[in-house]
Amino acid sequence: MFFFTHSRSDGKVILAKIIVITSGKGGVGKTTTSAAIGTGLALRGFKTVIVDFDVGLRNLDLIMGCERRVVYDFVNLINGDSNLNQTLIKDKRSDNLYILPASQTRDKDALTQEGVEKVLEELKQTFDYIVCDSPAGIEKGAHLAMYFADEAVVVTNPEVSSVRDSDRILGLLSSKSRRAESGERIKEHLLLTRYNPARAELGEMLTVSDVEDILSIPLLGVIPESQAVLKASNQGVPVIMDEISDAGQAYGDAVDRLLGETKPHRFLEAQKKSLLQRLFGGR
Amino acid sequence: MSLFDYFRDRKKPAKTASVAKERLQIIVAHERGQRSQPDYLPQLQQEIIDVISKYVQIDRDQVHVALDNQNDCSILELNVTLPERP
Ligand SMILES: Nc1ncnc2c1ncn2[C@@H]1O[C@H](COP(=O)(O)OP(=O)(O)OP(=O)(O)O)[C@@H](O)[C@H]1O
Ligand SMILES: [Mg+2]
Repeated sequence: MFFFTHSRSDGKVILAKIIVITSGKGGVGKTTTSAAIGTGLALRGFKTVIVDFDVGLRNLDLIMGCERRVVYDFVNLINGDSNLNQTLIKDKRSDNLYILPASQTRDKDALTQEGVEKVLEELKQTFDYIVCDSPAGIEKGAHLAMYFADEAVVVTNPEVSSVRDSDRILGLLSSKSRRAESGERIKEHLLLTRYNPARAELGEMLTVSDVEDILSIPLLGVIPESQAVLKASNQGVPVIMDEISDAGQAYGDAVDRLLGETKPHRFLEAQKKSLLQRLFGGR
Repeated sequence: MSLFDYFRDRKKPAKTASVAKERLQIIVAHERGQRSQPDYLPQLQQEIIDVISKYVQIDRDQVHVALDNQNDCSILELNVTLPERP
């Protein structure tokens, strides 16, 4: 295997890294997370591309707020209908950030392993980080999104089916990936999202440590259930840009940890409500 | 949370998370075990059932086949429960 190394503007030589955001179960927050982590990496100076692998259900463009600038897509690029320059969409907020939109074709076989490999190799020449937003499920799209990854962020909600599916995905990461096939491991991270500390404290919802006990992989972060996420998606701004929101800050911490920093986990405890707030249902 | 919820919740805290955790631990352990099993195991199990059925009447779920890996040796465990003699 060979790695293409290159230097950033500050002269640091790093290896291009492929990170897959995956979960098995649908609707747990993969796209929200891909947008947040990709943007966070770019804001910290790394040249980053976020790749939407959800063929037929393109949504990353909406979350990133670039839906009206999509001309070509991933499948066009694989088929040689367009080149990288024409296909990548530059983010309006960061010069380091690009988006590769998914194709809206209904042909589930539009992505091929060779095609994906060719595009990823090309992206490795220019980018420090390639963030792959996986579709739900364990079919071809999810398989291709994880196959070439160096690291995986397993997005999990504190709920039985999501945790079970995450474990399923961990099994696939350690058997059906290029790294696994060559006897290496994909570095795994647990990202617990939509966490409700108040319900966890009441014993109504799995706690952070419950999920850690079951999945036993290192915890990258805990993203609280937050109104800021819907607000951000309404506007097409990744929630990590909302720096005063709890979810925005939690994603910021997760990106720092991904880059090797140790930071205490925040937003694990319920905000104490006053008696009056509790009686009148205040938030 | 309304006034009504407030009093109802106080009376009956629903501590279902511990049930969820227990169920998950069991199913995840079971599925991890199956993951490490070779692909031919279900087929092997079916053929063993077929052979035994030639001689005695048995139910599918009365035959258990498992492969256990211990260090450098694998043990194929076959467990058949035969029907009670008439
Ligand atoms: N921390 C959070 N707080 C509140 N809502 C959230 C949070 N994270 C995600 N959501 C909401 O959950 C829904 C699903 O999120 P998202 O699209 O990111 O999931 P997904 O895993 O990419 O889904 P799919 O499997 O369909 O691709 C969205 O409506 C999103 O706004
Ligand atoms: Mg998605």
